[in-house]
Amino acid sequence: MSDLRWALAAVALGLGMLAVGLEAAGYDAGAALGALWSGAFGSWDAFTSTTLVRSVPLILIGLGLAIAFRAGALNIGAEGQFYAGAIAATWIGLRVVDQPAPVAIAALLSGAALAGAAWVAIPAWLKLRFGVIEVISTLLLNFVAVALVSLMVQGPLQERGRIYPQSDPITEAARLPLLPGSRLHAGFVLALVGALILWAVFSKTLWGFRLRAVGVGPRAAEISGRIDSQRIGAMALLLSGAIAGLAGGMEVSGVSYALFQNLSPGYGFTGIAVALLAGLHPGGVLVAGILFGALEAGAGAMQRDAGVPAVAVYVVQAVVIIVALLATVPRDGQLSPRAILKRRALPPKAAD
Amino acid sequence: MLELAGIHKRFGSVQALCGADFTLAQGEVHALLGENGAGKSTLMHVAYGLVRPDRGEVRLDGTARRISSPREARHLGIGMVHQHFTSVPALTVAENVALFAGWPVAPAQLRQRTRELSERLGLPLDPDQRAGRLSVALKQRLEIVKALAGDARVLLLDEPTAVLAPAEAEELLRMIRSFTTTGGSAVLITHKLDEALRAADRVTVLRHGAVTHTGSALGETATSLAEAMVGTEPGVPLVAQTRSRWPAPPLTRESIRLDALEVPRESGYGIALRHGALVVRAGEIVGVAAVEGNGQRELLRAVAGRIVPLRGKLQVVQPVGFIPEDRATEGLIPSLSLTENVVLGLGGDGPWVRRGRIVWREARSRTAELIREFDIAAPGPAVSAASLSGGNQQKLIIARELSRVPAVIVAENPTRGLDVAATAAIHGRLRSAAAAGAAVLFHSTDLDEVLLLADRVIVVSRGIISEAPLGASRTDIGAMMLSTEKDR
Repeated sequence: MSDLRWALAAVALGLGMLAVGLEAAGYDAGAALGALWSGAFGSWDAFTSTTLVRSVPLILIGLGLAIAFRAGALNIGAEGQFYAGAIAATWIGLRVVDQPAPVAIAALLSGAALAGAAWVAIPAWLKLRFGVIEVISTLLLNFVAVALVSLMVQGPLQERGRIYPQSDPITEAARLPLLPGSRLHAGFVLALVGALILWAVFSKTLWGFRLRAVGVGPRAAEISGRIDSQRIGAMALLLSGAIAGLAGGMEVSGVSYALFQNLSPGYGFTGIAVALLAGLHPGGVLVAGILFGALEAGAGAMQRDAGVPAVAVYVVQAVVIIVALLATVPRDGQLSPRAILKRRALPPKAAD
Repeated sequence: MLELAGIHKRFGSVQALCGADFTLAQGEVHALLGENGAGKSTLMHVAYGLVRPDRGEVRLDGTARRISSPREARHLGIGMVHQHFTSVPALTVAENVALFAGWPVAPAQLRQRTRELSERLGLPLDPDQRAGRLSVALKQRLEIVKALAGDARVLLLDEPTAVLAPAEAEELLRMIRSFTTTGGSAVLITHKLDEALRAADRVTVLRHGAVTHTGSALGETATSLAEAMVGTEPGVPLVAQTRSRWPAPPLTRESIRLDALEVPRESGYGIALRHGALVVRAGEIVGVAAVEGNGQRELLRAVAGRIVPLRGKLQVVQPVGFIPEDRATEGLIPSLSLTENVVLGLGGDGPWVRRGRIVWREARSRTAELIREFDIAAPGPAVSAASLSGGNQQKLIIARELSRVPAVIVAENPTRGLDVAATAAIHGRLRSAAAAGAAVLFHSTDLDEVLLLADRVIVVSRGIISEAPLGASRTDIGAMMLSTEKDR
């Protein structure tokens, strides 16, 4: 799997650059990387309560974006859809007080997914109706969603005391169950199941195949496959938005129990990197999601234990994204490093 | 002044030019005629340094030259106006001219220089207007100004009137004439016979990459030129001789019937086909002869269900097999495997689809069968379509479309770019499908192929379908294809 080799090379290069940068800036790189490692994987508690907890939204968003990107729909608005889901989840979570837990959780999560889908429905409609490029419209709606969260936590959803810009905690019944002895919530299981389902959809179903076909050859999909590529693209957008919304709902229902500003440390954007690093493969998203979750988790430990600013970890993320883009984006083009490296080894074309 | 001698050029499996000779004399307008794919543009691209010939010589004023880039051609005084506009819409007229001519950018000077140039050429243009806002005729004018900006003595125009209204075309031809009376020489690529006769001093006709006629335009008529364009070689059976191959019409059922059909242009703007009426019966092969852009594409795509007609009656017996013109972007997806491409075309109709699930094992074994049956040179069903040669890609598409046992087959240029063996194989497949009861409707830009394969020929010209009469000769059909509104 050359995809896998590229991913590993990207991560190694990113960590290497981080080490060089830290040394150059006068930090003890060894200690910093050690803290990074122990913060992410050092103990069972670190692994489950920080790394995996942070990987859940990344995996979910990455899976959703894999759907959209595979269909050729460039949804850059997962951050906004995540917040739309979080707002809806909080609203529902404050109102399902008399319900049994399964009902409350189901209501909260489905409401969050619907809100995420509704948030991306605007760009989807603009694209179908007026041909507005979804890259721009989804991106811009992120800012609207962030502003909406701040409006909510200072207005309709503000806590009873009306002091802090945050909501009241959601009712106990609407909270996701935790793995005993840790802060890892049941959403992780859903992320695993989601990856499995998506793998089956991509590789085993006619719909999944059509979605892939639209992404790699929209014209042929329409003319030879008689596939409505616009419709498939819109459905992919809606699905990716629903999943990002679901991720927002799970963050409220499994981690924060309340809505506040900066609930997401950029999950919607890191999710793009996760999807790309994974080569849009569901299994890869799982691994890449845990990796980026580990980086986020380790960054905190690095700051605490080695005095290195947590933002230094973004160097690793940035390098990984760039290398992943180089390796995967022009999937069939001549520009990908794989294609360039392989050019000499290409088998001769079969003769007529 | 410009001489092209014995030019050969091969693109992959297509011999675009084989020993074409062309001479442009000082002060003349020289029309270069030929069907689509005859090699007209390629020949002029050789002169303009866009295409490097495999063999042959380019001479300018008697000196052999190797023109390896358009920049060099412009330096030698050769300008070209392409079929498609090459201006940057967001830039002004003056900026476009400067960009093309390599002038230094100093806005005030630029404007003045452009104004002077365009007025000197008798082609006034507003230097400050954005190129994207110009009318089609003015865009064309800008192209000419750009081509002449470097004091060109030779102007090559590739179908310049194709996009113009008649009055605009007349003005353009007048402008070309005034350019040549002041010492320039012009080549006018066209497939409009009347235009060539009216505007040109001399005419050269290309056919299959070789010159079939060259001489003064004075003694020529539309008929003699049409004959040179479409040829009269013996050996290719004419329509009349092949007519008896199929059973008398009333005996077989109608597979395609259209009545008063109106089809929009594929681009969505305007009407491509008007009052279309046609009946094709089971077992019949009907060839569509037409010059590109006359509505034949829309006719075929409407029958294949790929374009929704505006009004009228269209009855087509299902299933329909469709072989689109562009293999690599419409017929298949090169990055996918052969199996995936078969699944792509057959979609939910494939027996390997069960309640939305694809049983890939079955799809693979069916694809392997098709590879054997249709003699496709491929190591197996798992290789990507991109790894096949053009001929084998086409065979894969035909295998896929025939595997649905279609009642109707619609094919656009089914053998474009293929070698003789692959062409023969595909003709054989289409014939045997017709013999088994399919109605075949196909178009080829190569009139020879239409005559060779069809039981019956229809001509589409300016959106009107007409039936070639029984026993029509190649020349008759050529004249029908090229007929203008006036002639009718």
